[in-house]
Amino acid sequence: MAATGDAVLEVRDLVKYFPLTEGAIFRRQVGVIKAVDGISFDLRRGETLGIVGESGCGKSTLAKLLMGLERPTGGSVRVCGREIAGARGADLKRVRPTVREIADVKGADLKRVRRNIQMVMQDPYTSLNPRMTVGDIVGEPYEIHPDAAPKGDRRRRVQALLELVGLNPDDVNRYPHQFSGGQRQRIGIARGLALQPQILVCDEPVSALDVSIQAQVINLLARLQRELGLAYVFIAHDLSVVRHISDRVGVMYLGKMVELGRDAEIYSQPAHPYTQALLSAAPVPDPDGRERRERIVLQGDPPSPADPPSGCRFRTRCWKAQDICAQQEPLLQLRPGTWHESACHFAQVHDVMPSF
Amino acid sequence: MSDTAAPRARHAKHAKSFSRPPSKPRSGSSRGGRTAGGAKPASLWSDAWQDLRRRPLFIASAVLIGVILLMAVAPGLFTSVDPYDASTCRLGDARQAPSALHWFGTDNQGCDTYARTVYGASNSLLVGLCTTVATVAVGGLLGLVAGFRGGLPDALLSRVTEVFFAIPSVLGALLILAVFRAGTVWTVTLALAVLAWPMTFRIMRAAVITAKSQDYVIAARALGASNRRIMFRHVLPNSMASVIVVATINLGVFIAAEAGLSFLGVGIQSPEISWGLMIADARPRFLEAASPLLFPAAFLSVTVLAFIMLGDAVRDALDPKLR
Repeated sequence: MAATGDAVLEVRDLVKYFPLTEGAIFRRQVGVIKAVDGISFDLRRGETLGIVGESGCGKSTLAKLLMGLERPTGGSVRVCGREIAGARGADLKRVRPTVREIADVKGADLKRVRRNIQMVMQDPYTSLNPRMTVGDIVGEPYEIHPDAAPKGDRRRRVQALLELVGLNPDDVNRYPHQFSGGQRQRIGIARGLALQPQILVCDEPVSALDVSIQAQVINLLARLQRELGLAYVFIAHDLSVVRHISDRVGVMYLGKMVELGRDAEIYSQPAHPYTQALLSAAPVPDPDGRERRERIVLQGDPPSPADPPSGCRFRTRCWKAQDICAQQEPLLQLRPGTWHESACHFAQVHDVMPSF
Repeated sequence: MSDTAAPRARHAKHAKSFSRPPSKPRSGSSRGGRTAGGAKPASLWSDAWQDLRRRPLFIASAVLIGVILLMAVAPGLFTSVDPYDASTCRLGDARQAPSALHWFGTDNQGCDTYARTVYGASNSLLVGLCTTVATVAVGGLLGLVAGFRGGLPDALLSRVTEVFFAIPSVLGALLILAVFRAGTVWTVTLALAVLAWPMTFRIMRAAVITAKSQDYVIAARALGASNRRIMFRHVLPNSMASVIVVATINLGVFIAAEAGLSFLGVGIQSPEISWGLMIADARPRFLEAASPLLFPAAFLSVTVLAFIMLGDAVRDALDPKLR
């Protein structure tokens, strides 16, 4: 899983605001939902970046932005040096008059870029067309990108893909409903791999599966990474799953990245209070460890992304909050005493996980 | 925290080594030219057909529809009497009970009811089929566009259909048919289609809206699929089922509606023959001679039933989950 070489995915100041409208006939915009608000990171060849955070923190919106399925309000996503998602001028003017226009990527260009970035979706029960056979589903990428594989070779490639993900190549004529959840997720992975992308965005790929099946799928993803040199953006809310597969981990809170670092650093030396609280809430299977560990219980609910707090977004629930947190937004950067980036004025390493 | 999900389970298949990336599919002897199970590539329609052939409901309805279609196309195969030839009717033989000569008896004009029933199939079926094709084509296409595009086209089309829904159907058909002096198969078809397409539109639109927000559509979009591909490969096959069912049921309803309009005197006019017209003609003397009314009515009911059964069977066959 070693990461080598240059960045295959560059995300810069990515912003997505959803307009909040009122009125059925005469719609007017009354505000914006700040789903993703200024996220930057690089992903290197063969690397896995885990993204964790609670529900509604913008993880899935981030995945859609990376895939070019949503148009960003600002910022850019570059795949292998090519832009996949730039914000359109008009969108920017509406919410951010200062940002200048970024190139509008569309049509054939976008299609070409998509060959390098593909997606594994969360729910294997809804992400496969029930009226298409497995062969058609896995072969569809070749129909959309006819230059990816010569026509006569497609069926063989589909069968090779099925074998690669551990399915029987003779199953091409079967329908998705004839498979179990784990097998269906393998079909989804085979579809994602068909175009031989460099990056696979996995949006909670195992959340809908049984724990034992989760392990199979995670192992499959790890094996494919070794064999094909894939880079993963692995979005999940299960901390142990993310830890198992990731080289680096990013922690999101309310549309912002609050901490980003190597998996060991994040898990054993978390510096941001939110990360510490998140880790302390993870279930510990060992009863002794459970006794020994510290439990940080946050007060209240996450604030509304339509009206996030000023300064640090976590300050309303943070036990370290001071006046400066309301006035000045902490940037994601290296802080004294830590070896990875965190976005807290009072970042301090504090191990909440019992060592075992 | 421990690695709760740390994968321990090993799928047997994983033990195999997978050394080749998908770019280098196995070649030649071991796997070349092999297709799954030796079968042809499956598609939704060929699988549906395979499935349909084994359904008794489908076979029964298909046989019935086949016979009625044959009646409509070649009535001469079923009877040597041509009811359009007035000389075959003798007033003296009016209202005879069924006999070896007149299987279904004779009507008020002394015409052979069997021959008239056989010849009536053509007009009734023509109205039903043409109206169904027209409503599915117009309503289905507009529904697909409105549901898929949303926004202004959807709002406009939906308001238009609401206007049509506000028209009482019998009154509407009477109004439309009153414009034309003589009712024919085509004017009846037009009247029924104009009033019925909004229903197909609504069903299609609702099904498309459900289908287009599904994850597999998002997945196709992520692959770079064009709108056209998404519409015809993903959205349409997943929204056709309800339209097909309603269309086949409506086919029967249209045949019945044609009979109703002809019965009211605004539909197909004498000397044309249709089942509705025959029922209308036989009604005043029903107590004296029931057969000129009962036989066309029975044919009408069986035809409608056959189409409804066909619709059911086709719907089930098109849903792989029910196989």
